[in-house]
Amino acid sequence: MTGDVLDIRGLSLRFDTQQGAVHALRNIDMTVPRGEIVGVVGESGSGKSTLALAVMRLLPGNAVIASGTIAFCGSDLLKLPEDEMRAIRGTRISMVFQDPMTSLNPVRSIGWQMADIQYRDRAASAAQKRAKSLEALQGVGIPDAASQLDRFPFQFSGGMRQRIAIAMSLLQKPELLIADEVTTALDVTLEAQILHLLRELRKNINGSILFISHNLGAIAEICDRVVVLYAGEVVESGPVGEIFNRPRHPYTKALIACDPARIETVTRELPVIAGDVPNLHRIPEACIFAPRCPVAIDRCHTERPADVMAGPSHRARCHLVAGGPA
Amino acid sequence: MSVQLSDPHPALTPARLSLLWRRLKGDPMGLIGLILVLIVVFCGLFSPWITPFDPFKIIVPDRFQAPSLTHLMGTDNLGRDVFSRVIAGSRIALFVGVSTIAIALAIGLSLGLLAGYGPRWLDNLLLLIFDSIYSFPTVILGLTVVTLLGASVATLMFVVIVIQTPAYARLTRTAALSLKNSEYIQAIESLGASNFRIIAVHILPNVVGPLLIIASMDIPSVVALEAGLTYLGMGIPPPAPSWGRILQEGFGLIRVAPWIVVSGGIPLIITTLGFTFLGESLRDHLDPRLRRVV
Amino acid sequence: MSLLKVRSLHVRYAIAGPVKAMIAGLTSRYIDAVIDVAFNVTRGSTLAIVGESGSGKTTLARAIVGLTPIAAGTIEFGGRNPFASGGGGGRAYHREVSMMFQDPVSSLSPRRTVQALITEPFIVHAMKDRDLAAEARRLLALVGLPHDFASRYPHQLSGGQARRVGVARAIALNPKLIIADEPTAGLDVSVQGEILNLLARLQGEFGLTYVIITHNLAVVRHVSDVAAIMYMGRFVEMGPTAEIFARPAHPYAAALIAAQPHPDPGKRRTEPALMGEVSSLRNRPSGCEFHPRCSKAKDVCRRDAPPPTEPGPKRMVRCHFPLVQNRA
Repeated sequence: MTGDVLDIRGLSLRFDTQQGAVHALRNIDMTVPRGEIVGVVGESGSGKSTLALAVMRLLPGNAVIASGTIAFCGSDLLKLPEDEMRAIRGTRISMVFQDPMTSLNPVRSIGWQMADIQYRDRAASAAQKRAKSLEALQGVGIPDAASQLDRFPFQFSGGMRQRIAIAMSLLQKPELLIADEVTTALDVTLEAQILHLLRELRKNINGSILFISHNLGAIAEICDRVVVLYAGEVVESGPVGEIFNRPRHPYTKALIACDPARIETVTRELPVIAGDVPNLHRIPEACIFAPRCPVAIDRCHTERPADVMAGPSHRARCHLVAGGPA
Repeated sequence: MSVQLSDPHPALTPARLSLLWRRLKGDPMGLIGLILVLIVVFCGLFSPWITPFDPFKIIVPDRFQAPSLTHLMGTDNLGRDVFSRVIAGSRIALFVGVSTIAIALAIGLSLGLLAGYGPRWLDNLLLLIFDSIYSFPTVILGLTVVTLLGASVATLMFVVIVIQTPAYARLTRTAALSLKNSEYIQAIESLGASNFRIIAVHILPNVVGPLLIIASMDIPSVVALEAGLTYLGMGIPPPAPSWGRILQEGFGLIRVAPWIVVSGGIPLIITTLGFTFLGESLRDHLDPRLRRVV
Repeated sequence: MSLLKVRSLHVRYAIAGPVKAMIAGLTSRYIDAVIDVAFNVTRGSTLAIVGESGSGKTTLARAIVGLTPIAAGTIEFGGRNPFASGGGGGRAYHREVSMMFQDPVSSLSPRRTVQALITEPFIVHAMKDRDLAAEARRLLALVGLPHDFASRYPHQLSGGQARRVGVARAIALNPKLIIADEPTAGLDVSVQGEILNLLARLQGEFGLTYVIITHNLAVVRHVSDVAAIMYMGRFVEMGPTAEIFARPAHPYAAALIAAQPHPDPGKRRTEPALMGEVSSLRNRPSGCEFHPRCSKAKDVCRRDAPPPTEPGPKRMVRCHFPLVQNRA
């Protein structure tokens, strides 16, 4: 099957709160091609987790989709009735979260939970489900998987729990796996293992992964394409090599420059991006990054930039980037 | 939904107070609770001036009059106006309710803080004491004490305090225990602060808020306890017009003057409903939502 | 000139009371969190203590500050031994050593204003003659926060602002040594620099000495002069930061450095640097505790715990086959 697994066009979303509307996502355009790992990188307030929840349609009650479509294998998820969406969740799209302790049921053995996920396979017997669970655990590198099926989440370490969570999410062979900050809570050596695991798994099942993180290193490590989110907007997106080696948007450039791992010479004066993330209650008629941008010109403060193609499948939302219209 | 005592309450800034008031206004249950509580408090505070008749005055010719426009709740076997007695009883109920809860709260808080923050052996000792009292059946404990010490307002208050303190102490202890390990307490410890300062300035304010709400919701049960004990003849002695006394007298006269029992029951219902609605409403509004908004 | 001298430090936790331990048949009712740790910190320098979960680094920090009792060993500060009598270090010690905690917002009492929080040290140490409002203004200015923040509450602060308040509180009494536990945890990469730059500036201005606890190697490289790598409670390597990064001696240190993902798709690794997980602290491996995960482990590693050796000047490593040998 060809075509993009996920195609988001013009997605705008707001939260209605007592203090007024918070425009959390504005005009998001991004795709996840089949079989690729797409990274969404953003800092706090960028809206990356909101984006993930929007795809899963697990947003809180006060969220309003103002416009846009989320096409999954061709059909718009936003138009699906809830029962059809539920059929997709966990089977064709699944999600792994940051803290495996809260996403795993603490009072059920993992064998029970993995069998429970397979509840839709009414034809399969308990033994068949168990065999499938076993295979999934072995696939993520859990040693001695057979005896681990009857243990409980608290008996595993953080790294193991995250592997189990990944195994559970892959049980139904989803076409899209959303990984939301899955390595953020892990030590660096475990993070390296999980990143490696995700890369290997993608090779084996030819699924697509939407990898959300604020860690530039992790994104560079496994992603094929990168989407850079700032304060609810996609400011740049493109192939991973382009984004890291030839970033065009000032925010992307500044973000990469700030990463201490990227800075070769030892320094006591680390670069920062001055200022704060903007308040999303009132969106100005200007570039959202302009107040903090080191190279902003007058036009940036008065006119919203449109998307520009800076290279093949490399787009940026900036007045100062030369290129054809997107 | 239980109140999380250990959730650090963001401080009550004036902005939050007005937000709380707005929320309360929009909540029918809370408003009803507030109104009922205000009625009871008003009656309690101003009872000598608002009773239409003297609650103690015995006018034998007027006995057993059914409710009418002059005697809104009729008269009892001694010709006393029941409505006036009910209003006068509110003063007793309020006084007993509020003061005993306040004292129990003060003692419970102190002991709970000591148990939660202090050394292990103290915690174990205090827990033993709390649990022993807590597991003793309330009414039997009350009756025993009253029998030993004689029935009076003071004895009644003593009983209530003894019964209520372990509950508050336990709640405080749990909160103090979990706060003990929180980072901001550790930060203050690392400054070299004395234990007293840590308990008084940093732990106490974070524990008191929800505890106050829980305690205020206990006021009706104290009032009911008093009524119960008085009904059993073990509470406040006559002629004090406590609601329990009215109920007791009313039951004896239920065939001839059924309105007395009803009149004794109504204020109890109003008090319980009022404090419960208000307390629950406050609890709902104060806890997580305010934090998210401001 | 050493401001802080630690020798043979042992810190442990009791996991069960004596009775319970007997019933459960535990061989020991303690978990050793810090074992035989020794180091010096020169005045005006920065030591980074690096480790992952379970390494004992936070316990070590708390022991230095006096929050956790020491089971054995000595801590010498400015030539004195503040823990000699077994207490928490004493008031004077707490004036000179202060700590910054990991979570910026939850390390601030939620019901106290910023002003109350940063002037708390003055009240605790009974310095009543100080003008607290003026001190608060001075401290806020030092950490780059506007005056009106004094009346704010912790929940009204962003992560970066809360961190600065933590810094202000830590420097309130002009300490000599500051222990910073994960100073950049929870901060976006674009604002991490603000805090680190602030700490560097204050160090230059006031001659402060820092001990920074972190698992973030990228930060360690830039902010510390000396680094110590902890594994299961022991220092497995220690030395000048630049040396350790250029030529790590211990396989674990090498693995940690290799495991850091680089923000450069050209530098992808084919294999994870280190397999397996940290062994349980209750069931410590024999000999060198890193041997179950070490690709170079030999029989002697399983048998004997390696003693500290010097693979180079001012360096220490605990390994039978260090990656760097002293040619001397």
